[in-house]
Amino acid sequence: MKRWPALTAAALLLAGASGCGGSGNAADRGSGDSHSALRVFAAASLTATFTELADVYEQENPGTTVELNFAGSSDLVSQIQEGAPADVIATADEPNMTRLTDEDLLAEAPQVFVTNSLTIAVAPGNPLGISGLSDLAAEDITTVVCAVQVPCGTASAQLLDRAGVEVSPVSEENAVTGVLSKVATGQADAGLVYTTDAAAEGSGVQAVDLPESASVLNRYPISALQAAADPEAAAEFVDFILADSARGVFDEAGFGVP
Amino acid sequence: MRSSQTYQPGVPAWLIPIAVVAAAVVLLPLVGMLARLPMGQFLSLITSVPSLEALRLSLITASSAAVLCVLLGVPLAVTLVRIEFPGRQLARAFVLLPLVLPPVVGGLALLYTFGRRGVVGAPLSAVGIDIAFSTIAVVLAQIFVSMPFVVITIESALLSMGTKYEIAAASLGASPWRSLLMVTVPSLMPAILSGGILAFARSLGEFGATITFAGSLQGVTRTLPLEIYLQREADPDAAIALSVLLVLIAVVIVASVYRLPARYRGLRP
Repeated sequence: MKRWPALTAAALLLAGASGCGGSGNAADRGSGDSHSALRVFAAASLTATFTELADVYEQENPGTTVELNFAGSSDLVSQIQEGAPADVIATADEPNMTRLTDEDLLAEAPQVFVTNSLTIAVAPGNPLGISGLSDLAAEDITTVVCAVQVPCGTASAQLLDRAGVEVSPVSEENAVTGVLSKVATGQADAGLVYTTDAAAEGSGVQAVDLPESASVLNRYPISALQAAADPEAAAEFVDFILADSARGVFDEAGFGVP
Repeated sequence: MRSSQTYQPGVPAWLIPIAVVAAAVVLLPLVGMLARLPMGQFLSLITSVPSLEALRLSLITASSAAVLCVLLGVPLAVTLVRIEFPGRQLARAFVLLPLVLPPVVGGLALLYTFGRRGVVGAPLSAVGIDIAFSTIAVVLAQIFVSMPFVVITIESALLSMGTKYEIAAASLGASPWRSLLMVTVPSLMPAILSGGILAFARSLGEFGATITFAGSLQGVTRTLPLEIYLQREADPDAAIALSVLLVLIAVVIVASVYRLPARYRGLRP
C-alpha cells in the first residue's frame, strides 16, 4: 500500500512517455490482393504529387493497387536497409539514394525525375517586406532553417554560403515541415523551404522568389528495388513517373525539370 | 513452482511464462539497441561538443522543471484533495490531461498560448519578452508534461495518509500554516521525492512538445532527445550512443524511485 503511489506514477510515466514518436506515415491505398500491390516509398515532399499520380496509375492499370509510404528520405533508406518490403523508392536527394546503390539494393541505376529549389517562406502579404537572402541577416528578423544534417539544411547552408550571407537562425529544424509551421504560426518571420512546400495549397506562407536558388538544386532520383516482388511492375511504375504524362502534375506543384 | 505457490497463494504457475513475455517486450528492444552500439567509439560519440551541449541542456532544464513541478504541484495536489470546491472532480481530470495527450498536442497548445501570437505571448512580445525558441520554452514544455506525475503521486499519498494527524495538530492548537509545514509536508516527503524524480525523468525524455514549441538549436533548445532525433539522420552510431546514455540515466532514475519508499518506510507515521 505504501509503495503504490510511486508504482502507479511509474506506470503512468511509461504510458505518457510513449505518447509521441510514431508519425504514422504509411498511407494504405486499398487492401487488395498483395500480389498486385505495388509498394512505393517516396520522400515526404512528394506526398501530394505521388498520391495524385498513384490514383492515375491505378486507373490505367486495373487490378493494381499502389501502397505509398511517405517519410524523410533518410528514414526511407534506413527502412529499406533494415529489410522493409518495397518495390520502388524515390528520394529527395542523391546522397541518400547512393546509400542504396552502395549496398547493391537497387535493380537499376537511379534516374532523376524532378528538381526542387529553395525559397524564402514569409507570412502571407510579406508584412516585413523581405525581398532576398541578405534580409535574413538582419537582427530583428527571426529566421528558421533546416539543420545541416538533413537535405534541405545542406541546400540552405550551400545557398547562404554562395550568397555570402551569414544568418543566425533561432532554430534548426529536423524537417522542412518544421520550418514551414514555425513561419505559418508566426513564431518566425522567415524560413528557407522548398519551392514546392511554399506553393502547396494551405501552406499558410508566401514565397519570396530567389533567382540565385537555381544554383543549388535538390535532384530527386527514383529506382526500382532489387528485392521487388514484381520487378516488371516496379520498372513500369518508374517509367510512368519519368514519362511526359506525369510531368504536368510535377510542374503544377512547382518542381523543376532535371 | 510448488513451494513458491505455498508461500504466495493465488499465483498460478502459468502466470510466469506470460510475465517473461511481458518483460521481453520491454527488454528485447533495449538488447537490440545495445547490439548495435559501437562500443569502441561510445565515449568519443557521447563526448562530442553537440552531445555534451545537449546533455548539459537536458540536465539543467529537466532539474529546473522538476523543482518547479514540485513547488507548484504540491500546493495543487493539497488543494485538490483537501479543499472542497465545486467542479473539483473536473479540475482533477483536467490537471491529469497532459498524461494522455500526445506531447505534440501539448506543444501546439503552448505555441498558441505563449508563442509570439499567443494569448499570453503576444502581450509579452509587445514588451520585448519572447518565450518561443528560448530555454524557458523548453522548461515550460517539460513542466506541462511532467506536472501530473507530481500531482498524482502527492494525491495518492494524501489519500492513503488521511487527516488524523492534521486533526490532532489542530486540536493541540496548531495553525493551518504550522500544521501544513510541521505535519503534512514532512509526512509527504517520500512522495515529494518520488514525484520530483518522476517529473525529472519525464522532462528528460520530453520531445514532442519541445520540438513543436521551442524549436531546435544547439545549446539553447536542443535537448538530448532532440539531438538523438537529429543525429539519426546523419550519424546513426551517434544516435545509438546517445540513446544508450539516456537509457542509463533512466535506469538510475527508475531504480532510485523504487528504492525510495523502502528507505523512508521507518520515517513514515
